[in-house]
Amino acid sequence: MDLHLVTSMALPEAILAIGSLLILVFGGFRGDKGALSISALCGAALIAAAAAALFDASGQLFSGSFVVDKVAVFAKVAIYIAGVFVIALGQGYFDRTGGMRFEFPVLVTLALLGMSIMISAGDLIAMYIGIEMQSLAMYVLAGFRRDDAKSSEAGLKYFVLGALSSGLLLYGASLVYGFTGAMNFHDIAVAASQHTGVGLIFGLVFLMCGIAFKISAAPFHMWTPDVYEGAPTPMVAFAAGAPKFAAVVLFARILQSGFGSVAEQWQQVLLVISVLSFVIGGLGGLMQKDFKRLLAYSSIANMGYALLAVAAGVAGIAPLLMFFVLYMVDNMGLFSAQMALSRNGQPITRIDQFAGLARQNAPLAIAITMLALSVLGMPPFGGFWGKFFVFGAAIKAGLWGFAAAGLVASVIAAFYYLRIIKLMWFDAPGEAMDKAPREASWIAYAAAAFSFPAVILFLILAWPVAQNAAQSFGL
Amino acid sequence: MLPSIPNLLSLVTFAPLFGAIVIAVAAGMARKDDEAAIARNAKWISLWTTLITLALSIVLLLGFDIHKPGYQFEEHYHWFGPISYHMGVDGVSILFVLLTAFLMPLCIAASWKSVKSRITEYMIAFLLLETLVIGVFTSLDLFLFYIFFEGGLVPMFLIIGIWGGKNRVYAAYKFFLYTLLGSVLMLAAMLYMVGTLGTADIPAMTAMLQAHPYPLAVQGFLWFAFFASFAVKMPMWPVHTWLPDAHVEAPTAGSVMLAGILLKLGGYGFIRFNLPMFAGASHMFAPLVMALSVIAVVYTSLVAFRQTDIKKLIAYSSVAHMGFVTMGIFAGNQLGVQGAMFQMISHGVISGALFLCVGVVYDRWHTREIAFYGGLTKLMPHYAFVFLLFTMANVGLPGTSGFIGEITTMTGAYQWGTWVALISASGVIFSAVYALTLFKRVMFGEVVNEELKKFPDLSAREIAIFVPLIAGTILLGVYPAFVFDFTTASVDAVVAGYRAMIGG
Repeated sequence: MDLHLVTSMALPEAILAIGSLLILVFGGFRGDKGALSISALCGAALIAAAAAALFDASGQLFSGSFVVDKVAVFAKVAIYIAGVFVIALGQGYFDRTGGMRFEFPVLVTLALLGMSIMISAGDLIAMYIGIEMQSLAMYVLAGFRRDDAKSSEAGLKYFVLGALSSGLLLYGASLVYGFTGAMNFHDIAVAASQHTGVGLIFGLVFLMCGIAFKISAAPFHMWTPDVYEGAPTPMVAFAAGAPKFAAVVLFARILQSGFGSVAEQWQQVLLVISVLSFVIGGLGGLMQKDFKRLLAYSSIANMGYALLAVAAGVAGIAPLLMFFVLYMVDNMGLFSAQMALSRNGQPITRIDQFAGLARQNAPLAIAITMLALSVLGMPPFGGFWGKFFVFGAAIKAGLWGFAAAGLVASVIAAFYYLRIIKLMWFDAPGEAMDKAPREASWIAYAAAAFSFPAVILFLILAWPVAQNAAQSFGL
Repeated sequence: MLPSIPNLLSLVTFAPLFGAIVIAVAAGMARKDDEAAIARNAKWISLWTTLITLALSIVLLLGFDIHKPGYQFEEHYHWFGPISYHMGVDGVSILFVLLTAFLMPLCIAASWKSVKSRITEYMIAFLLLETLVIGVFTSLDLFLFYIFFEGGLVPMFLIIGIWGGKNRVYAAYKFFLYTLLGSVLMLAAMLYMVGTLGTADIPAMTAMLQAHPYPLAVQGFLWFAFFASFAVKMPMWPVHTWLPDAHVEAPTAGSVMLAGILLKLGGYGFIRFNLPMFAGASHMFAPLVMALSVIAVVYTSLVAFRQTDIKKLIAYSSVAHMGFVTMGIFAGNQLGVQGAMFQMISHGVISGALFLCVGVVYDRWHTREIAFYGGLTKLMPHYAFVFLLFTMANVGLPGTSGFIGEITTMTGAYQWGTWVALISASGVIFSAVYALTLFKRVMFGEVVNEELKKFPDLSAREIAIFVPLIAGTILLGVYPAFVFDFTTASVDAVVAGYRAMIGG
């Protein structure tokens, strides 16, 4: 293997892998005192990786197990940027609540490396390595506050259920390999088009279940609210966005380049998962009292919308990319807004603690209102355009019944976002809030400003890029 | 000839938004402890903003060529994908722009003293609402239209929820979710249309669909999706139940906007989308719409009669009057659609005025119970005169604008089918029954309630609010050509297109 070839295609991954190991060694010497500088270094590594990704040449490495195309580049740049924000949020959060350790930024970086590999996976092995690498880092992050019972519980739950899903995935992969004799997605496609047996479909379904677990799509969503509630909020802000983006890109890649010839088989499964997700996400959120649990259901619903775009086939790829960027921004904004709020040093967790925020901290209340309206799907905010792309793709692919069902489900979900707005604006305030920390408020403001008006510009700039990227998908 | 102002339409649309930003910035820069100054600034800035918007919309009106059926003052910039920033007005929309700009300063003036808490936010919400509502009428791109149409829910949700009455939260949710459910179906239909036609430009789509209409089955679905959205907005029986709640709980100015402008979005949508784009389905479903309209006219008039709350009574009367509008539109003939246009403009003025009348007594005694009042003619003669005038206009007395709207729509409906006109004409009588009963119980009789003697007659500010409304009602009543001149060319084009497509 030509080293030049590796550096020209897998440079971001190389930067992240080597960088995080070096930073880890550095951290070993400096200890937790050096956490701030380590956060800065990890952020720099991520920015460097994002820049390197932009210059990546398209192609394949390691006999097709590592694929770089424009979709991969798009997704990688998006998740690296998200990673930078997460590290900034985490640094502030753990500084305030105590328990900052230098491993946090390194684990985020390693998780992002795993996601990168998932995005670029071209065969079953790379897929599995990527998923496991990402998951292991995320398990640790979920249980990062060792002294906190809820955080430990979240870590354990995430680990046990994650391991189960990895088992499903691995079993599916072995079945697929057994019945096609191929690891590479393209070879699987060739074999699948010649002979489609029950065994292959069986393996495919297991694979799909495994990935559905990872993106918390119903009926494999049960772990999500518990983990989100217990895990440290910066980790949740991370887990709700980037890993799901990576997993959905991987999902689309497996299904379209590996099983394109049996599309009618997986499309049905995907549609069932999708409808269940947005219905359960919509209904489940209605009764939640905890803000993070509510957002967990919101993310389940949003995964349902994303899978609708995957089910729409090749035409759904560009909408999917747009949807995820817009969704990640809203999500990051809402979680950081929550991190900015505390009362008597205690973080705000229940929704009813938001009551009267408009009179206590108007700028933040406006930001939360805009972000809540955005995830609700209210135009002209970003979240509306995400839905616009996804449902547009679904309707164009003839799935208009499912799109209409999704839109109706979004009205049910609207109720719980409205509740947040109602509490903030209509109700009387409780005790005074603490002064909002700067980094979390500013990330919330930035996300709100992105959701409108910056989205006007984003749509002009990003939509042609996403369309162009989608054409090269599955190279 | 007036000098032409570039991008006049965008200016009219976004001037209120600019005012809202100015208020927010002024409030942010002012010293925090000087609440009175912040509130005073907010009031004056918003009054001036709405007056400037009114002036701009009059300039728009003066520059409008009434003989052209097509769109004027067009602005067209490509945005992304199939979507562009396309603005323009024709005879159907321009008067709604004027109506909005006309009612808005009155709303601000009516809230001058009655709103006491969070005045800055209140003014910002109203200015935001004005931009969004004007935008609905001026946008010529499907998704631009949708942005404005949906976006208007948010300020109205806040207006009802923050400054509303006792049961405001329930009313705000009901208003929001009801309307949202209607709109998402329309969104699905819009996505389908843009997916198949490849453009979101309303004039282009209309032309394409008139040349090559969808098959009737597809049209039926699309028609129904649009209908669901506009029927809720209108509101038509049986999806009108959010309206009485929203009206009762909303502050006075909120009710004026709701009845005066927001209800008209439904009628505007029918004329802009359902009739020209899905003519076949409109023709097919016309009997259904007629039946619903007739039920609305008769049933809600009867319901109004039994109300004990003044605002609720007027809210139900709005539903009945909107029944005439849907009836006129789906009659699909020139008289019907013209009448519907007129009825919407006239109802905007009259119902706005009636809600302001309720606001006058509500500001004084903080109750809307009919039983609380009685004998106000003796105590507030000026007020009694104003109330009587608008009650008569609401009933449709000749000489007021209400008469022209009802008689024209009913004539149009008569051409479509005699039974519709027959039954709806009885609605006119019912409306006289409830409106006059209301007037009798509030205004005539002895003053039983000593409380009523505590407050004076109309103040100068209140008279200043009512004078333009009285002038508008009488002007439209004796010189209806003011409206018809503007609408004729465009409505003729819509009706001609519709009749050509259904082959009759």
